[in-house]
Amino acid sequence: METVTSTNKEPMPGPENQEPDITKNESVSPWKEAYWQLRKNKLAIVGIVIITFFILVAIIAPLLTPYAFNTINAGPRLTGPSADHWFGTDDLGRDTFTRIVYGARISLMVGFFAVTGALVFGTLLGIVAGFFGKWVDMLISRIFDIMLAFPSILLAIAIVAILGPSLQNALIAIAIINIPIFGRLVRSKVISIRQEEYILAAKAQGMKNGRILFHHVLPNSVAPIIVQATLSFGTAILEAAALGFLGLGAQAPTPEWGKMLSDSRQYIQSAPWTVLFPGVSIMLVVLGFNMIGDGLRDALDPKMKN
Amino acid sequence: MSKPLLEVRNLKKYFDVTGGILSRKVGEVKAVDDVSFSVYEGEVLGIVGESGCGKSTTGKTLLRLTEPTEGEVIFDGKDITKLTDEEMRKMRRDMQIIFQDPYASLNPRHKIEKILGEPLLVHGIGDKEERRKKVKEILEIVGLPGDHASRYPHQFSGGQRQRIGIARALIVNPRLIVCDEPVSALDVSIQSQILNLMEDLQEKFKLTYLFIAHDLSVVKHISHRIGVMYLGRMVELTSNEELYDNPLHPYTKSLLSAVPNPDPDVKQERIILQGDVPSPSNPPSGCAFHTRCPDCMDICKTVRPEFQEISDSHFVACHLYEVNENN
Repeated sequence: METVTSTNKEPMPGPENQEPDITKNESVSPWKEAYWQLRKNKLAIVGIVIITFFILVAIIAPLLTPYAFNTINAGPRLTGPSADHWFGTDDLGRDTFTRIVYGARISLMVGFFAVTGALVFGTLLGIVAGFFGKWVDMLISRIFDIMLAFPSILLAIAIVAILGPSLQNALIAIAIINIPIFGRLVRSKVISIRQEEYILAAKAQGMKNGRILFHHVLPNSVAPIIVQATLSFGTAILEAAALGFLGLGAQAPTPEWGKMLSDSRQYIQSAPWTVLFPGVSIMLVVLGFNMIGDGLRDALDPKMKN
Repeated sequence: MSKPLLEVRNLKKYFDVTGGILSRKVGEVKAVDDVSFSVYEGEVLGIVGESGCGKSTTGKTLLRLTEPTEGEVIFDGKDITKLTDEEMRKMRRDMQIIFQDPYASLNPRHKIEKILGEPLLVHGIGDKEERRKKVKEILEIVGLPGDHASRYPHQFSGGQRQRIGIARALIVNPRLIVCDEPVSALDVSIQSQILNLMEDLQEKFKLTYLFIAHDLSVVKHISHRIGVMYLGRMVELTSNEELYDNPLHPYTKSLLSAVPNPDPDVKQERIILQGDVPSPSNPPSGCAFHTRCPDCMDICKTVRPEFQEISDSHFVACHLYEVNENN
């Protein structure tokens, strides 16, 4: 009789590989295991700390600073970091720290809505293409290919040019250019999962297509979608900043980080802090999301690890 | 024996081979090429053959998991190849399958109670409480503790997973179970446990198995009758004892001579076949086996031998015996 083991892999000795004790009858869901994996990944933890920090900052922004982000002050223009103005002031005398803090709200919001939009539409199109195949797949896949053939920022610029420059339109443009990324991912995942034996088993059991799709195919495709969403969060913020920098995203006086960079670029030599702090903020947020995304990939898809 | 529960008549499954930029059909693989046999109520019909001979495809095609290209599959008097999708879906309650790889055939994101309860749910058997009870019962029947239902597949070993696969096939009380190499992915020590379990279940629930395997000793252990397949065709079909005592087809003879004997002193006469299995996309003319047959005659190269009854329920497709018959 084969013995009943609590897990079928032996944890390697060493403190970093100690898994929490599993009692004999506890059910260990794949999500729980992924969570343990993620907790062991130091880079992912750093990423989570960075992003949590920015989210907190965005939420409590008004408590962090005595200034309003729009108040123009003719007095202290382009002054360096000081006790009054931690990150200095810009050319209109606005407190850079205040603008960065409020800018976090905008960047995170752009990332969230752009990714959600791309995810919803991309997933739907991907499922349709992957599940129905044939000419439907052909049509959707070719549209994705065409969209991916353009440099994404160029496509975004074109979309914003049509819709008119504003933060909201930049957000829509970013969502649109990210749709094929999710769509192709979901399509390929759906196609590969459909070949799995447990899908054949579900069919042999007498399940209807809808049930197979939503109870078997989709739940098994979720992991890479989550990873992609996290990574896209970073790129979406970067793209929003790029559009802002080009004057196609947020309009003055919105404290958007990309816009702040472009407004201050002529003072880069005389007042480097005006460029430095927005730049560092963008970098940190994108880095944080990428670290989480990489960690999630390792945790959710053990096959990809070496 | 009693009446046939399943009759397969001239079953064919050709897979299209596509090529070129327009994915045009450039050929076809004859995975199952004109196979006929019957399975009687309460018996175990074993099907053996080497890799790629079409035995798994036969199993999957007669359940319409892949649609047959041609032929009839008559289950309990009804030709299931003519059923609509919805009728077929309901029919699946009576025809189940156990898969080869217990690591691939269980959905990794579902708990065991969901894996086992879902067949009941889709066939509208019982309410939630009854289903839960039935899952527990079936787990104990296949030799697993009933309280393991809340676990996930990755928390079980290969043998335990295969027990779950068996439980899943069994839970809807099917009449026929296609066993698609159910033990070949398992350790030898586990294989016998699973085989014995399947044998016990067969007797207990009066099940009918179509048992597909490439291991002759496994098939001999469990089957009442055995069919031998080569390159998409059935070459010989007879009772277990008859096949081992009196194999007729040259391919069966060479296959049986390859079974290892545990006694090292017994000198075995082994028939070593020359060459490789021909490609099923371009099978040899006439008898598919003529390229490797030690007893090949001229007629074998041109005329395909009929699959016919030579002696009492001993079917074989070989010209050697047709000649004898004519003499």
